[in-house]
Amino acid sequence: MSKPKFAMYWAASCGGCEIAVLNIHEKILDVDANFDVVFWPVAMDAKYKDVEAMEDGSILLTLWNGGIRNDENEHIAHLLRKKSKILVAFGSCACEGCIPGLANFSPIKEVLDTAFTTLTTDNPENIRPQPSYAMPEGTITIPTLYPVLRTLDQVVDVDYYMPGCPPESHQIAAVIDLVIQVLQGKAELPPKGATIGAGNSTVCDECPRKRNVKTIKEFGRIQLVHADPDLCLLEQGIPCNGPATRSGCNARCPSVGAQCIGCYGPAEGVVDYGARLISAFASVIDSNKPEEIDKILDGLVDPAGQFYRFNLAGSLLRSSKFAQKG
Amino acid sequence: MQRITIDPITRLEGHGKIEIFLNEQGNVTNTYFQIPELRGFERFCVGRPVEEMPLLTNRICGVCPEAHHMAAAKATDAVYHVEVPRTGKMLRELLYSAFYCTDHTTHFYALGGPDFIMGPDAPVAERNILGVIHKVGLEIGGKVIQMRKYGHTVVEIIGGRKVHPCTSIPGGLTKGINEEQRKEIEQMGRWAIEFAQFTLKAFNDIVLSNKTYLDLIVGDIYTHKTYYMGLVDENNKVNFYDGKVRVVAPDGKEYVKYEPKDYAANIAEHVEPWTYLKFPYLKNVGWKGFVDGPDSGVYMATPLSRLNAADGMATPLAQAEYEKFYSTLGGKPVHQRLAIHWARLIELLYAAERWVELVTDPEITSPNFHAIPTATPTEGVGIVEAPRGTLTHHYWTDERGVVTRANLIVGTTNNYAPITMSIKKAADSLIKKGNVNEGLLNMVEMAFRAYDPCFGCATHSLPGQMPLEVTIYDADGNPVRVMKQFCS
Amino acid sequence: MTEETKPFEPVIIGFTCNWCSYRAADMAGTARMKYAPNVRLIRLMCSGRLDPTFVFKAFAGGADAVLISGCHPGDCHYVEQNYKAMRRFALMKRVLVQLGVEPGRLKLLWASAAEGAIFAAEINKFVEEVRALGPLNWSQPAEPVSTPIMEEVTA
Repeated sequence: MSKPKFAMYWAASCGGCEIAVLNIHEKILDVDANFDVVFWPVAMDAKYKDVEAMEDGSILLTLWNGGIRNDENEHIAHLLRKKSKILVAFGSCACEGCIPGLANFSPIKEVLDTAFTTLTTDNPENIRPQPSYAMPEGTITIPTLYPVLRTLDQVVDVDYYMPGCPPESHQIAAVIDLVIQVLQGKAELPPKGATIGAGNSTVCDECPRKRNVKTIKEFGRIQLVHADPDLCLLEQGIPCNGPATRSGCNARCPSVGAQCIGCYGPAEGVVDYGARLISAFASVIDSNKPEEIDKILDGLVDPAGQFYRFNLAGSLLRSSKFAQKG
Repeated sequence: MQRITIDPITRLEGHGKIEIFLNEQGNVTNTYFQIPELRGFERFCVGRPVEEMPLLTNRICGVCPEAHHMAAAKATDAVYHVEVPRTGKMLRELLYSAFYCTDHTTHFYALGGPDFIMGPDAPVAERNILGVIHKVGLEIGGKVIQMRKYGHTVVEIIGGRKVHPCTSIPGGLTKGINEEQRKEIEQMGRWAIEFAQFTLKAFNDIVLSNKTYLDLIVGDIYTHKTYYMGLVDENNKVNFYDGKVRVVAPDGKEYVKYEPKDYAANIAEHVEPWTYLKFPYLKNVGWKGFVDGPDSGVYMATPLSRLNAADGMATPLAQAEYEKFYSTLGGKPVHQRLAIHWARLIELLYAAERWVELVTDPEITSPNFHAIPTATPTEGVGIVEAPRGTLTHHYWTDERGVVTRANLIVGTTNNYAPITMSIKKAADSLIKKGNVNEGLLNMVEMAFRAYDPCFGCATHSLPGQMPLEVTIYDADGNPVRVMKQFCS
Repeated sequence: MTEETKPFEPVIIGFTCNWCSYRAADMAGTARMKYAPNVRLIRLMCSGRLDPTFVFKAFAGGADAVLISGCHPGDCHYVEQNYKAMRRFALMKRVLVQLGVEPGRLKLLWASAAEGAIFAAEINKFVEEVRALGPLNWSQPAEPVSTPIMEEVTA
């Protein structure tokens, strides 16, 4: 009997999710033993035409990482949705836009202008890349960018979400084990739409640091202090996104002295990640006087970036107003 | 006018596309290698606190985030005009050396190496990591996994995570290592040296002792005489983490050596409207198109470039290999692109030796790994050698340390023009009178693959080939022949 | 009057607290004070209940502006929670400005139950301020950018 089919694809991403999968080390052999890998552009050679030729729904499990930045990304998203039984938004880019989603602060024209007029760019004719360009020999094309980067579920129906930038390898291994158990009839798939490979609580729950009632008189910068290694970072005024970020990573970053930047996305039940953090940070400011509050908030030099760093594309507002103007 | 479209080239960060045009005689007139992706880091980093740059720029590439993390860390040090304490520098370079071992290993065994170990005319199904295991031994697979595991363990111990490290901040790191961790890292490092030597021996036995392969390496088809760039320390030896950028001319003589802060006086980026990526070149030589030679500003930045640009390796075992490398290939500089594979292994050995050197330094466990910056932040440049080439990060900030402007020149980007030229030369040499055959596909892959473009375009799959589909159109644009390699 | 000459009518969501500002609105109503109908009121038990999520949802859903109203500082029915609203408002405004929402579109107003006239006057003022800003038209563009983004190029 043939093995169920497996696919993994990357859109506007960085390759970190692929490396995270490879970092399950020997467990990759379990994937090989239980699945027929039919499409994984980074690692094997099937092409879009091969996917197009597959029967609809014939790929049992597809892991999609990367956001939808251009029309090629969207086209393949629809294609793989059609051909896959289970489509997982794998990693922060697919779930919520992740770092490339930060481009949603700016109009896409500005993004291009910046890239093509940097200090070292030699561009006297002020050229920008063209989706279609006639060279003497013929017309050649590249994909067209969308004005706003989107998440996978903003273009196709998604079955499961696996957060993290990237998802931690021990979580990936656990999910692979679960899927294999499901194949063997020993376990059931979670309900559609569930977040898998992560916890239901927040990073604070996994963080080893001591926590007290927070009363912030000043927000600081991690490089300008030698933070107490045993005490909550937010309590020391270092902006840490732990309170609204989903658990599952073992609070790796706060464990090594770095603030949580929120790469595991919203905790269970959070509708808008940035809004939740605004609430949390505002609640711990130790002042009731407007001028003093303002002065304390001046210490947060980039609040929108702090609160929407990984989540802008997946938030309620999705982008800035500037980006919508195109 | 006939046209061959190879789309997509997979195994690049994102996607790539090649268009080859033929004239009426069926010979190649031109080749275009297009990059269809843009995310916009230089724009969206503006407005972010500069200490986030080592974290944000990690996400430029999840295969080599360590490279971006280090270049960004050094740029933020420069922005704050702060000197990192010796222990902090050593910890960063230690993490970086272990990462190099992992990355070069992955490329050689699973990506580029199979071409050599199995041979370019080996059956397609064998030209991959499985074929390598059959030929060299079953334990090889286990060793490769072990090396990757060890390398990523070191990254996790010092950097906090296996992918996208988080501990570098302006002035140093957020944590150091204790003696227990130091011992573990040392033990893994010593194993890495043995593994590197084993790999070089395997390369020697399988590749260098085989005349066919050696001929392939030294042959003309993959040769370009360009400038070469790499970071060197104060003794002009290869260093991945710190130093000055040295560029040598096609004849091997030093052309320029500059401090990171002077990169913009030396490098410019050429723009073409048919691709989202730009083509860096040496500003003062000038852009003369996709040609090599001393009058063209095109330069290469790869392991081979680093060996060419330096006077030697800073560690003894690697130095011996360095000398053997050049005496075998006829002296410096070496222009043959396939020799990059060998140079990469010499770097693997150096990285392992450097790993042990750093972890056995008595100050590596010192608690003095961070100096708090006191100066007002302004502007700074950080340069490291990414495995794929020289990596430059340049930030400007306001007085609060919020980024106001950024300029990034990334590893593989340096090689955009050389890769295009290598593809064209391979296509030129092989496609005559409109005859396109299986050989073209593989030889084009090999030209491309040696550079290990970002996620290793070199990677094969288990079946051993990059998916290429070649469509030949007649003068009216009707497809007349479609050839596929490893596509069903 | 044609479509073009009709003045733009802002859509404003107003979050009021049960004990003070909602009662102020009530008082204005029962006293038959006329004031602009553009504000759709939503009653919370306390301004401290205002989750910033509500504000973002309002803007994403088409509101041109949002009003938050509660008891005067020191008079909160639940003692101190209006201070939380004050702090959240301050931080939200900074984030919204970064996202391109003009600061004039988010307003914090303290109004006691007896201040119906003040409440009505403030609403009228706010509506005119937002009218001058124009519609926000928060949108989710999904089409590729089709216009060539390029200045003159010679091939």
